[in-house]
Amino acid sequence: MAKRYGFIAIIIVILIGSVVLVGYQEVPAIVIIASMIATTIAVATPLTLGALSGVFCERSGVVNIGIEGMMLAGAFFGWLASIYMNSIFGFSATPSILAGVLAALLAGGLFALLHAALSITFKVDQIIGGTVINILAIGVTGFLNRQLFFEKGSIFGGQVPHAPGVLPRLHVPITELFQTWCGANTGTCFTVGESLNKIVDQKPIAISAILLVFISSYVLFNTRWGLRTRSVGEHPRAADTVGINVYFMRYANVIIGGLFAGLAGAYLTLESVPSFEPLMTNGRGFIALAAMIFGNWTPVGAWAAALLFGAAQALQINLQFFRELIPPNLAFLQQSYIVGLTPYILTMIIMTGVVGKTTPPAADGQPYEK
Amino acid sequence: MQGSETKEKKPGRAGKMFRSAMDAALVPLLAIFTALVIGGIIIWMAGGNPIQAYAGLFQGAFGSAKALSETAVWATPYILAGLAVALAFRGGLFNIGAEGQLALGAVAAAWVGYALPGLLGITIPAIIHIPLAIGMGILFGAIWAAIPGALKAYTGAHEVINTIMMNYIALNTVSFLLNGPMKDKDPNNVIARTPEIALTARLPVIFPDLRVNWGFILALFCAWLVWYLLWKTTLGFEIRTVGANPDAAKYAGINVKWLITLTMALSGALAGLAGAIEVVGLNYRHELGFSLGYGFDAIAIALLGKTHPAGVVLAAILFGGMRNGATRMQFLTQIPVDVISVIQALILLFVAADEIIRYIYRIKQKEERLVLTRGWGG
Repeated sequence: MAKRYGFIAIIIVILIGSVVLVGYQEVPAIVIIASMIATTIAVATPLTLGALSGVFCERSGVVNIGIEGMMLAGAFFGWLASIYMNSIFGFSATPSILAGVLAALLAGGLFALLHAALSITFKVDQIIGGTVINILAIGVTGFLNRQLFFEKGSIFGGQVPHAPGVLPRLHVPITELFQTWCGANTGTCFTVGESLNKIVDQKPIAISAILLVFISSYVLFNTRWGLRTRSVGEHPRAADTVGINVYFMRYANVIIGGLFAGLAGAYLTLESVPSFEPLMTNGRGFIALAAMIFGNWTPVGAWAAALLFGAAQALQINLQFFRELIPPNLAFLQQSYIVGLTPYILTMIIMTGVVGKTTPPAADGQPYEK
Repeated sequence: MQGSETKEKKPGRAGKMFRSAMDAALVPLLAIFTALVIGGIIIWMAGGNPIQAYAGLFQGAFGSAKALSETAVWATPYILAGLAVALAFRGGLFNIGAEGQLALGAVAAAWVGYALPGLLGITIPAIIHIPLAIGMGILFGAIWAAIPGALKAYTGAHEVINTIMMNYIALNTVSFLLNGPMKDKDPNNVIARTPEIALTARLPVIFPDLRVNWGFILALFCAWLVWYLLWKTTLGFEIRTVGANPDAAKYAGINVKWLITLTMALSGALAGLAGAIEVVGLNYRHELGFSLGYGFDAIAIALLGKTHPAGVVLAAILFGGMRNGATRMQFLTQIPVDVISVIQALILLFVAADEIIRYIYRIKQKEERLVLTRGWGG
């Protein structure tokens, strides 16, 4: 993995460096770097959570290509619940949004339960099971979205009501600290403080995602639960022999995975933007899957990969500010489409095994028959 | 297809074929029935009359010459994309990338259709222009799928991940092309689309005043071709052998790596053809977003058709009919057309988890399970 972390670090530095290179004459480099890192962390959130979803499922031996569908379900039902709480039951914004987050978790969990039933009980080919989850989530969210909001005589009277908003940004008073420390409201010292603040001040789900990475890593590699999870994913027969309930462990971990994917969905409609559109996950579940493989089925590795993919996206976003400044020898950056391809191409390179070998759990994808 | 022969009596060849076809069709038919029942409950809960809705659906799909023509128009890309996925399945490969291959095939065909005559400075006769446009679509679809195929064969990279990645590369590339170099320069145009293709590149319609074109016949011919390839040629036998057991195929002297690449290329060729026909036979240009969703629908159709060409054709006509009839259904009952997506997902759910259907209707397991994929390791 060391080789791969190095690879990831180099690419992230290149991505951030190219924005600095383009814009440093207009904006101080430190401000650009801070802005890039802050955007990277934010846009990597659904990818991180989606990848954790995959890690738990696949470590227990269930392939999950249904992350995209579970995420979409979380995004829609979380958003729907927050609107219901707000405009039908009259709760104020914050409790409505929190109820929305809970609903998103529940929706992700329920779709995961279906995936678990298909793969573990009915022994359906797990890649096909995941495809069913994706198609079903697209169908159900698309239908309900149209039926509830755009049809005359439906509960919201044929128009989309106002969503109660998004989760607030948390503020850590670093700028204030630096202000007293430097004794000035300008200058390099103050800018450093301000830049640090930009990186640290994230929204709740983004922060939870980072905490969950380390919690997941601890649970998987340092607890009894983690050991059992990995054992049913590596050698279920042996695990069964020593008395571990293979079916239970797999069901539980797939559902945990669903909760993560649901939270990723909540990020999209309750933390990023207060609206839902059909198909709004737009492939994030599949990129999360790629991040999981990229990170070799480990939470921290998957997070690193998610940050890399996030940095590619952040580059696209930040370059738009400097569009006119791009020098002719870097003209290819103007085609932000080429930068957008980075995650996909990198994943394909990783899959070939050039940058270290990827080893999935030994029993990943195989149904267990007692 | 796995025939089921009974020990007691020996029916004739035709009878045997009929029986094995019926056995194979039983679970899918019950899956469709069950999904329609649940769909009916959903329609009822949404305030519609299920009988009226389904009557409208059937009428809209098969009730008139125009309805039949439109169903065939819908079914054409479904047949070809479904065949693409089914062919890959038979070779032990899961092609989730039909969507990207289709979009790229469409763009390639559109380019030959609108740009090539101007580039060469001549009017290309239709007899050359149409095959050239279609051929370019096939070629780009094939190349796009052959890349993950070759990566699978020679490095072991899983084709599911790589076809998904190639999908996004294709969709981003197409979006870039249609917004940039290939955008329709018409001053009134604000949409991401190519210019209209030349008249000489257009596939004629079969009947005047109906939109169904020769692409539908071509799709049916391709179904026959895939069947012939798989069950009547050495290459098809080798593809199926690799699909059933790659190790055995290797020891039997089959060049497995080359064959995996070739199978993916053939699969992509069919998807590319689907995209090309949408352009030369129907839309006469490629527009961003029109192909969205074909990839997943193709998987559903291949599975519903039990990865057999005849089954794929029937499943494609069913799915096409449902998409087409949904408009009439919405007109009659105010149930949004999106309910069709839910019903189609349920059909796929029950076809994939046939144990549920077998349990509900008490059907014994007769046939061997078709091994489709083998986790990430294989």
